Order: sequence, then structure tokens, then C-alpha cells
Amino acid sequence: MNLTAVRAIYAFEMNRMWRTLFQSLISPILSTSLYFVVFGSAIGSRIPEIEGVSYGSFIVPGLIMLSLLTQSLSNAAFGIYFPKFTGTIYELLSAPISSFEIVLGYVGAAATKSLILGAIILATASLFVELQIAHPFIMLLFLVLTALTFSLLGFIIGIWADSFEKLQIVPLLVITPLVFLGGSFYSVNMLPPIWQTVTFFNPVLYLVSGFRWSFYEVADVDVSISLAVITLFLVSCISIVWWIFKTGYQVKQ
Amino acid sequence: MLDSALPLISVKNLEKTYDGGFQALKDVSLDIKRGEILALLGPNGAGKTTLISAICGIVTPTGGTVTVAGHDIIKDYRKTRSMIGLVPQELTTDAFETVFATVSFSRGLFGKKRDDAFVEKTLKSLSLWDKKDNKIIQLSGGMKRRVLIAKALSHEPDILFLDEPTAGVDVELRKDMWQVVRELRESGVTIILTTHYIEEAEEIADRVGVIAHGEIILVEDKAELMAKLGKKMLMLDLHEPLKALPDALNRDGLELSETGEQIIYTYNTQGERTGITSLLQDLSDAGIRFRDLNTKQSSLEEIFVTLVHEDSAQSKLNDETKAKDPAEAT
Repeated sequence: MNLTAVRAIYAFEMNRMWRTLFQSLISPILSTSLYFVVFGSAIGSRIPEIEGVSYGSFIVPGLIMLSLLTQSLSNAAFGIYFPKFTGTIYELLSAPISSFEIVLGYVGAAATKSLILGAIILATASLFVELQIAHPFIMLLFLVLTALTFSLLGFIIGIWADSFEKLQIVPLLVITPLVFLGGSFYSVNMLPPIWQTVTFFNPVLYLVSGFRWSFYEVADVDVSISLAVITLFLVSCISIVWWIFKTGYQVKQ
Repeated sequence: MLDSALPLISVKNLEKTYDGGFQALKDVSLDIKRGEILALLGPNGAGKTTLISAICGIVTPTGGTVTVAGHDIIKDYRKTRSMIGLVPQELTTDAFETVFATVSFSRGLFGKKRDDAFVEKTLKSLSLWDKKDNKIIQLSGGMKRRVLIAKALSHEPDILFLDEPTAGVDVELRKDMWQVVRELRESGVTIILTTHYIEEAEEIADRVGVIAHGEIILVEDKAELMAKLGKKMLMLDLHEPLKALPDALNRDGLELSETGEQIIYTYNTQGERTGITSLLQDLSDAGIRFRDLNTKQSSLEEIFVTLVHEDSAQSKLNDETKAKDPAEAT
């Protein structure tokens, strides 16, 4: 195990975050604050409590998930796409490191950034609404698993993408709709029955629901199912990454 | 340590066929000795970069084996890769990083502990020290090339691959680069470089390998090759096409072009007599007049590519010669 190399990649990627601090941290915080002002305070004050939780508080876990998912995805995707785009990937490929170590460096850094971001959003949210966290460990578990899984997915997208357009298309056209329709801003019970059924095919629902349960013990699906789904998702991503390096897909001829 | 008589790098029957079906390397075998400078010469698309990429682990060979100091490059990739530094042909850098940071990063990536003093020494030896805090994007092309060399040297490799180190570099910088290469060799690094320029091989290489169409045509000591390089061609455009050369003109190295409009005389510039004077005299005596004359020094590539692919090579060579124009390469 070439831990020095993993550390080098990790430090390099984290360094990129500090260099692009505004884009990496400030802008997600700003947009989350805007959600709180608009949905939490302005509109939320006219929406009745959902299962005993005020609307402003109710949307906090969903908002954190929204940022966690999109940021994990775009950070990891960009992190590995950029060396491919500039050609500096030659160095990674010619270095005495295994594929696992490459993934560990890149995905580890992307997941760390998302976790920092998640923590900051949580802190920001506590300024706007009253928060309670019933199961902090479960909450942390969800945060870590989600950051890891979606960083891996981002890594896969970054490898797959051969243009900036492709790099944007999955987060924009797939992930954002899934997040918005995954119960970030509402409870599934509020939907007509047919749409409830459709929603259950949305993997993000299980994340948001489980995560929200760790706050308020309010959930659309059982928390164990949520954990099972995110684990399944994680395993699938690991398998795809493993396949990518085994075949050299889009990386190595 | 290994016996210095054994080849440091041993390439055996290496094959590479890309997914699209293009065969970039055909049964390439090559031994590289410890401490030497080997220049790989060949036209664009000959397979130079693919060969280097295969040894360094950037492309996966489809056949054959490569060992570095006795270690297989696939099975023992950690050992072989940590012995090798690679300077790619393209100036691929992390534009927004500083020089010092990017070189330190490379060192870490190759598993070496952080050592600011060594990085400092490397940067100083490449005259980059005063640029250490500059972002790479602010540097000139020649400086970027030096940064790439510094990155490749950051983990103290035994072997350095330089892929076209002087492509698009002006004459002065090219000489600087040669000096850097010589100093590296003196420090004990084995160097393999690819180049288009004969004078480059002539200037710094101990041995020269010629590669064309994915095959190693030959590997020879430079001195032996230089003798073959001494050939020059004199071309005379005739007023009236000839059907055949008159017997009076018959001599070694003289031939008539297919159309009969040109007489081509190949001679050795290193010989005592080139035979040009007597040829011109004989032409005049035979009453053969010419409109124009020009001479052409054959390049290494031309000699060997022509050797292997006598029929099809000529038109392709013309293209290569154009592509090689340094002005265009810049």
C-alpha cells in the first residue's frame, strides 16, 4: 500500500478546494440559506406542521442531502475528469500506485469536502430554525455513506465523461430531479397515491427519509430499508469502479 | 545491485494493438543498457510514444514482456514504476498549481517521503528555483518543459524517459536541454529520448534506435550510424527526358528517375572525392543539359524507413518532412 501516494492525491485535491473556496463552499452555503429564507421562513410559515415538525425544520435534512449529493457528485467527477482533460492523468497511470489507491485519494477527498459542507449547512440551518437530532450516530452514518457513495458515483461520471457537457448532464438531468422528487421538501404522504408509488422507485427518497428519521424520528420508509438501499447503492458503485479499472475503460488503452 | 552488463530494460516481442485495430507496435524487442542515452528516432506515428507508454504503464501491451532491472512491468509494477520518470511529449500540467507544489506532489505520488531540500536541489539544477512560487500557467513553454522534467526527477528515478523533449523548443533552449540531459547522465540516470531531429541524436545519444511503422528497424552505436548518414543526393532536372543513361555515364550511385526527367547521384560526403566534378564533365561531354540542380542530405529516418518500405515510403516521407518543419512544430 502506497499510503504516501494516497496522501499526496488527497492533499492535492483538498488543496484544490481551498483554492476554489468560493465555488466549493461559499456558493452552496449561500444557496442553502436562500432556501431557508424562501421555503423555511416566507412560504414555510404558511405551511402547517408535518407530523409534528415545523416545515422549516422538516426540510433541513433534505437540504443537507441535496447539497451532499450534488457536491459529492460534482467534486469527485471534476476531480478525476480534469486530469483526463488536461492530460496530467499520465502521471497517475505511470505512478507506482494501484487503482484502489487512486480511488481512495480522489473519492476520499471528495467525500471529505461534502462532509465539511454538510456540517457547515447544518450549522447554518441552526441559525434559522430549531433543530433536534434524535440519533446522532445514525445521522453521521447516513452522512458518511451518502458522501462516499455519491463521490464514487461522481468518480464514475468523471471517468465516463469525455466532454464538459457530459460531465454536467448527469448531475443536472438525473440527480437534481431525483433529489427534488425524493421528498426533500415534502413528505411522500402528501402526494396522490399513484405518485407515491412512483416515488418509491426513487433511491434518493430512501436517503432523505432515513436521514430525516435520524433527526425527528419521522420517516416515509423504515430506516433499516433506507440503510439497506444506500448500502446496495454503495456496493454497486464499488463494483462499477472495480470494473472500470479492470477493463481500463476510458482511462487506459 | 544488478550486474551492470545485464540490460536495465529488456523489451521482448512487445505488441500493441489499439481497440480500433491499429497495430502500433509489432514484435518490438530492445535492450537498454544501464547508464546510456538511447535516442529513438522515427517519423510521427511510428510507435515511439506507444513504446514508451507501454514501458511506463500508460498503455497495456497486447503481447510480449518488458522487464526493468529484472522486474516485470505488470506483475511488479510498483518496483518498476518507482524506478522510472517520464516526461511526456505534450506540456500537460496542472495550470493553477505552483511549481514547488506540483513537483512535491509528484514526489509523493511516487511514494517518496516529502523532502523539500531535494525538491529545491532539483529545481535549482533546472534553473527553476526563482519560479518556485509561480503558477505553472504563468510560465513559458520552455519553462513548463523544465517543470515536467523536475516532476519526473522528483522521486529520484534511475531511468528517465523524455518523449520529444525539444519539440517546439527554440535552438537556444534545445541546447540548454541537451546540457540538462548530459548532466543527468553524469549523475547516473539512464536516459531514453525520442526525437525527430538527427542533430539531437548526434549530439547526445550513445546509441540510436530507429523505429518505423511499429517496428524497430535497427539499433546501433551512434558512430556507426553517422557513417551511413554521410550520404547526399544530387538531383539534376534535365532539359530533355532520357530513355536510359548513356554507357559513358555509368558509375556507382547514379540512376535515372522513372520519368527520365531527372538524374539522381548519391555520393558520400565523407569520402575524399565526391565524384561530382567528373560527373558534370561527363554530362557535358555527352551533351546532356540540365535546367536545375539541387542536393539533399538524407536523414536517418529516410534512410531506414526507405530501407524497410522501399516502395511505399517515398510519398509518405515527403509528408513527414513537412510535418517535421520546426517552424510548424512550434
